[in-house]
Amino acid sequence: MSTLAYASADEAPARRSAAALLWRRLSRNVMSLAALGVLAAVALTALAAPVILPYDPDAPDAERTLEAPGRRHWLGTDLYGRDQLTRIVYAGRVDLLVAVEATAIALSLGAALGAVAGYRGGWIDQVLMRIIDTIQAFPSFILAMGIAAALGNSVTNIVIAIAITHVPIYGRLIRGEMLRIRETEYAEAARTVGNRRRRIIFYHLLPNCFPPVVVQATLAMGFAILTVAALSYIGLGIRPPTSEWGAMTAEGASYIVSGEWWIFVFPGLAIMATVLSFNLLGDALRDVLDPRMKGV
Amino acid sequence: MTDLLTIRNLAVHFDTDEGVVQAVDGASLQVGRGEVVGLVGESGSGKSVTALAILRLLRPPARVVGGRIDFDGRNLLACSEEEMRAVRGAQISMVFQSPRTSLNPVLPVGRQIERLLVQHGTSPPGQARARVVEMLREVGIGEPERRAGQYAHQLSGGMCQRVMIAMALATNPRLLIADEPTTGLDVSIAAQILDLLGDLGRRTGAAILLITHDLGVVARRCDRVVVMHAGQTVEWAPVRALFHTPAHPYTRALLRSIPRVAGAGEMEPIPGWVPSLLAPPPGCRFAPRCALVRPECRTPVPVRALDADHRVACFAVETF
Amino acid sequence: MDALVVDDLQMHFPLRSIIPWRVPRVVRAVDGVSLRVAAGETLGLVGESGCGKSTLARCVLRLIEPTRGRVLLDEEDLTALPEEALRRRRRDIQMVFQDPTASLNPRLSVAATVDEPLALHTPLAGAARRERVDEVLEEVGLGAGLRDRYPHQLSGGQRQRVNIARAIATHPRLVVLDEPTSALDVSLRARVILLLAELKRRMGMAYLFISHDLSTVRYLCDRVAVMYLGVLVEEAPAAELFDHPAHPYTRALLSCIPVPDPDVAPERLRLSGEVPSPIDIPGGCRLRGRCPLAQPVCAEPVPLREIAPGHTVACHLV
Repeated sequence: MSTLAYASADEAPARRSAAALLWRRLSRNVMSLAALGVLAAVALTALAAPVILPYDPDAPDAERTLEAPGRRHWLGTDLYGRDQLTRIVYAGRVDLLVAVEATAIALSLGAALGAVAGYRGGWIDQVLMRIIDTIQAFPSFILAMGIAAALGNSVTNIVIAIAITHVPIYGRLIRGEMLRIRETEYAEAARTVGNRRRRIIFYHLLPNCFPPVVVQATLAMGFAILTVAALSYIGLGIRPPTSEWGAMTAEGASYIVSGEWWIFVFPGLAIMATVLSFNLLGDALRDVLDPRMKGV
Repeated sequence: MTDLLTIRNLAVHFDTDEGVVQAVDGASLQVGRGEVVGLVGESGSGKSVTALAILRLLRPPARVVGGRIDFDGRNLLACSEEEMRAVRGAQISMVFQSPRTSLNPVLPVGRQIERLLVQHGTSPPGQARARVVEMLREVGIGEPERRAGQYAHQLSGGMCQRVMIAMALATNPRLLIADEPTTGLDVSIAAQILDLLGDLGRRTGAAILLITHDLGVVARRCDRVVVMHAGQTVEWAPVRALFHTPAHPYTRALLRSIPRVAGAGEMEPIPGWVPSLLAPPPGCRFAPRCALVRPECRTPVPVRALDADHRVACFAVETF
Repeated sequence: MDALVVDDLQMHFPLRSIIPWRVPRVVRAVDGVSLRVAAGETLGLVGESGCGKSTLARCVLRLIEPTRGRVLLDEEDLTALPEEALRRRRRDIQMVFQDPTASLNPRLSVAATVDEPLALHTPLAGAARRERVDEVLEEVGLGAGLRDRYPHQLSGGQRQRVNIARAIATHPRLVVLDEPTSALDVSLRARVILLLAELKRRMGMAYLFISHDLSTVRYLCDRVAVMYLGVLVEEAPAAELFDHPAHPYTRALLSCIPVPDPDVAPERLRLSGEVPSPIDIPGGCRLRGRCPLAQPVCAEPVPLREIAPGHTVACHLV
């Protein structure tokens, strides 16, 4: 063996893995922990709903209509006697699902477009960016409304509508990161080693574009929920009887005057808490991820 | 004659995520009036931190935890911020490593020097502009009137460094600290910059503390040299003595590990690796890598005088 | 057979002008360079910033397309190869980059980084490839124990060794090293230099060693070429170049190197002014505006002439 083995496993202590460092910084911030807690609670109850909730969200109960929050129905019941708590949790499932699916689709599509545009440059870049410009030219909610109206009210179509409006966010972000990263030496090294271009873009460079995307995605999920809620509120979104926070808020709006406050307040609070938590988490991630973890 | 600057037992710690980094541990050095002293060490040896400590430019997570820095009879570590502002830029100036990033990118360079002159009262506002052009000429910048109106990004690295030097010497400081002033510059430009520093130092009588990792730079530019390793000052000597009769094992190892242009002699890397400053070894921090290590090296090391001017912090010195 | 032959290589970058009909100005980064590296030889390429040496390196590897000229690797013209064939040929010509941190993908472990060239260019698979990776890691002094570490868990010296490991994994014929020790600390430099010397000896690779650090070049290189403003101004065996430099630029450069010996006072040949921009290059000898020895004849174009065996210079006055 070479006598030059001056470097050995002892030379630099193995610093903590990136994930451990991330968690450590994240957990210092009280707000982000709270946000994480709320989101975890929403997700867990959403998943465990059929098991832990005694009521059926769609089952009407003629004897207990418009009941105020009490011992039997913690958040009250609506016009048809359906338990609000159950409905809110089930609605959470729908909203979260739509947000996650829409984000996942938008992210994949946007990342692919942005990565290719950023790396290849030239006319490919121009064409792809003009497509993205076209999407961005519309105010995003109007565009979502238009697509939902055109395609119809199903959950799938809502997901598609939101996904399309979100593609530009990720497309531009990834393109920007790619423009920066493709000039790095490890991008050059990936070429000198003999990789094909597609592998360079998707295996080497794209994963390194992700930190700002994670932040953006977290924030965008909150926005996606708001969009679903708003679409449902105006009737273009999820159709009843499927419960959804925005739709429930819309229903509850007609009761403001008559005083059955629990029908719109709780779904509204659910939207607010969830979106706020996404925002706080996104902010915390941005603080933690951005300058310190450059290149990690 | 008392020295202009005396650092005694300076200790600086950094509070990081992974613990307390003991960046400087009992560093001491002196700079006499008009002298050029070289502070030599590898990266991480604490030399830049020491320089920043002199001007009290260290910010949290760094903190000075011990020692004193006497400048012209005053302990700088005990001065108020107000008093330090009068010292910085006026009595002690500093030139940094990356000249382009040390200059304000949105102001023409002439303006930056002008502001300095006016702020420290060196020049009355009406005459400041003329003085600026004169100074740019003095530091060897051609077409100084035109250059004074240019921005940092329009000047080459070497020229930016000349502007920095002009700014540093604008107020006739007693001490100029140059922290790696030529790193990143081409060899020929670096030579010009070092020439300039030496010339101006001689002409204005300012003392210079030249911080570098390059032993070649100190060999012909400095009167005396101080060697630092892992936050500790280990040897103090006039330049000839340091190169001809180096005493500390680290200095000797360092001299052996440099490739030379004149005659490719044997080059031997320093064994081992730089100790972690999070959990540094007690006593002499070079001990784990030293061929002459003995049990007492784990205790605080006394400074031995080899002769009037040459001192070394080592137990094993007599054995040479 | 020479490992590398560069034949009249030219790399001109056009500057786009706002005014569309104006003839674009051109940055002549590499302006007609020819050199050879014999098999197993180390050729040093020195010059200051802006001389075009890094651009030349990238042209040799065809990371950028040269505007003119040929690059022959083992007598095969790389500049004429189609993309897929070029990709395959990369097995034999590799590069070690300057910045050890920036040249490693932060998301790949050491093993993954070193494995990639093997996966792309050798038929090795599974356990055999894993073993080869470990072998390479041992050869560069890293030890197989570090294989699962990530770049941020390594020191600067270790990262550079990974860089080197990746370059030598496929036993290339030629390795281009672009300032491999400049970003390293003084004490690490010596180790990396010794490592490079030993690897070359053991594996018989040729090196194109690009650097501005003349002392390192002296230690490692068999022959040295000096570059200025896109052309070669002198080329000679290493000892010859350092002991008897002929071109004024070489002499100026050598006289500026700080020597770690207070009693040595090299006579300084001073060049006036700064390096001109590679956009408006003066005709004739490129050093003309700055050379203290300039004569009227220097306005004429200067060819490279041989003044001693293996020693060529581009100067009218030598």
